[in-house]
Amino acid sequence: MTRRAVIGALRITRIHAPRNQHGKERMTGRPVGESEDRDILSVEGLSLSFGGLAALTLVDLSVRAGSVTGIIGPNGAGKTSLLNCISGFYRPQRGRVTFDGKDVTRVAPDRRAGLGIGRTFQNVALFEGMSVLDNVKLGAHTRLSSGILSTMAFTPSARREELRLREEVENEVLDFLEIEHLRHRTVGSLAYGLQKRVDLARALAMRPRILLLDEPVAGMNEEETEDMARFILDVREERGVTIVLIEHDMGVVMDLCDRIAVLSFGERIALGSPDEIRRDPEVIRAYLGEEAA
Amino acid sequence: MIIGNHKESYASDEAIFRTPATRAWMGIAAVAALVFPFVAGDYLLYLANLMAVLALGALGLNILIGFTGQISLGHAAFMGVGAYATAILASRFGLPFWISIPAGGALATGAGMVVGAPSLRIKGLYLAIATLSAQVIFEWIFTNWTSVTGGIRGLNVAPASIAGFRLDTDERIYFLIVGVTVVHFLLATNLRRSRWGRAFVAVRDRDVAAEIVGVNLFRTKILAFMVSSYYAGIAGGLWVYFTKVVTPETFPLSLSIQFLAIVIVGGLGSIKGTVYGTVFMTLVPELLKAGTGLARVVWPTAQSYLFPLRDVVFGLLIVVFLIFEPHGLAEVWNRVKRFFSLWPFEK
Ligand SMILES: Nc1ncnc2c1ncn2[C@@H]1O[C@H](COP(=O)(O)OP(=O)(O)OP(=O)(O)O)[C@@H](O)[C@H]1O
Ligand SMILES: [Mg+2]
Repeated sequence: MTRRAVIGALRITRIHAPRNQHGKERMTGRPVGESEDRDILSVEGLSLSFGGLAALTLVDLSVRAGSVTGIIGPNGAGKTSLLNCISGFYRPQRGRVTFDGKDVTRVAPDRRAGLGIGRTFQNVALFEGMSVLDNVKLGAHTRLSSGILSTMAFTPSARREELRLREEVENEVLDFLEIEHLRHRTVGSLAYGLQKRVDLARALAMRPRILLLDEPVAGMNEEETEDMARFILDVREERGVTIVLIEHDMGVVMDLCDRIAVLSFGERIALGSPDEIRRDPEVIRAYLGEEAA
Repeated sequence: MIIGNHKESYASDEAIFRTPATRAWMGIAAVAALVFPFVAGDYLLYLANLMAVLALGALGLNILIGFTGQISLGHAAFMGVGAYATAILASRFGLPFWISIPAGGALATGAGMVVGAPSLRIKGLYLAIATLSAQVIFEWIFTNWTSVTGGIRGLNVAPASIAGFRLDTDERIYFLIVGVTVVHFLLATNLRRSRWGRAFVAVRDRDVAAEIVGVNLFRTKILAFMVSSYYAGIAGGLWVYFTKVVTPETFPLSLSIQFLAIVIVGGLGSIKGTVYGTVFMTLVPELLKAGTGLARVVWPTAQSYLFPLRDVVFGLLIVVFLIFEPHGLAEVWNRVKRFFSLWPFEK
């Protein structure tokens, strides 16, 4: 376990006043799009092992449409592996992933993207040699329909589609995330905090129905963290996108999430509201070790 | 830079030739290209045609290697497939060039699809070896399937003609070759800035992330192989009407290496760089040839020693560029432009 996680665990009760206020304001409006009393994603009995190492053991998780669900746990607990099973990079040996009533356990990752599962990575995975604009446009790949021949000939319909995409990306994503001035910059030349924002931008361009965020504020300073938290809440409130996020920053997790799942050594040891999780003895033990319990 | 969120400004920001300066230079280049055959001598005209065919083929390889990061050592073989298909349709079936060349391109596309099929599973060195074996197999077919390809004697083809007008001189065929090449450069430019061009580069840069945004790796890689070998096939078809003969020796492994050298020296993934690379790699051996001609005066057997130097020079250039200038001449040119930034060049 890292120092950071311990500190995070101890900070559990810390509250960021401005962000919380902002959150409350928004909380009153119902998210657009998804209704809240339906599971959009459910994971049942998921087991995954690498050779002899069990990364996940019989994990269950259900995610309400329009909610923000947090996944926390010490390093190596299997959080990223769980996200990888949901987005399709890992094939679990056992169990089932259901998205929007459809069993997607065996569906390839690129098809899951088409179904509306968007995702960002723990260590940003951007196309570094490309511009911010091209990276974000790539997020919309599955929503475009021009065939390769019509794009080469740049037919009127291909041209229209490209211009519509450009407008949409500018208005819905670059403006929203306040990175429109960076559009022609090469991604590799940007600071880490901005790269994380571009990673989110690319995922938003997919117009996902669910967004899986792997440590969205890791490595960010206080101000960048506040910004990112606000963006995440806005995405949920304004677009009704369901959010699942992994995070070590307990302040962020407690502020943003409606429900939190706790993983430890591949097992889901707790699931509940932030208040329940904060008081759960098993969670405290997992974070602080046996001697502290 | 964009000021305000105007539709028009996005449209102009997305245009191929973005600045007035670029458009002016393109206009000048177009006029020069049209006038060129009337003022150039035979030798220069021959070189221009040769370079146009090579540039077209090299562009195909650059789409494969530069855009999607998939290596191929069999590019000349796809050019051969296009050339043989064109020559057979023209000489046996008497079809006109405007059918035989696209048909050659189509057959090469199919060959590319087959050879590219294992590319989902194999990468890098293994893909190089798989494409190398395609090169060897096709060369063997060109040589040994005598009843169709004419064996080592090859096939002779009548000059291209359109409405009774025969493109039987270098001057006349120039317009066909350069015209087709220019059009295909524009098509590639469009491709690069489209959803497919972005998908190609995404597969090269980070295939995991490409998948997460919904790019189907297999489909995209195969598509790149198909486009690449289509370009080679069309170049092969033009070659047929340029030289009016095809033989198996026209498309050896060394031509595949030459394409590779053009792409690396010119700049991986750079469309403009493909032109620079072609010009450079065509002129170097010509200069070597001139050099050996001079050397013969004092050293009569010079040619037999200096001729193989060509391959050595190619190999050396590939290595030198890979080590010292991996972005190729395109990047060198960009630096020169920046240096002379007072000039009215595109920004
Ligand atoms: N591709 C893989 N091959 C082998 N082992 C893996 C692989 N991916 C994950 N693991 C192992 O599975 C376990 C869970 O890893 P995972 O990345 O899911 O943890 P995590 O909870 O995301 O940790 P962190 O907080 O450090 O990101 C670890 O022991 C890890 O070493
Ligand atoms: Mg992780």
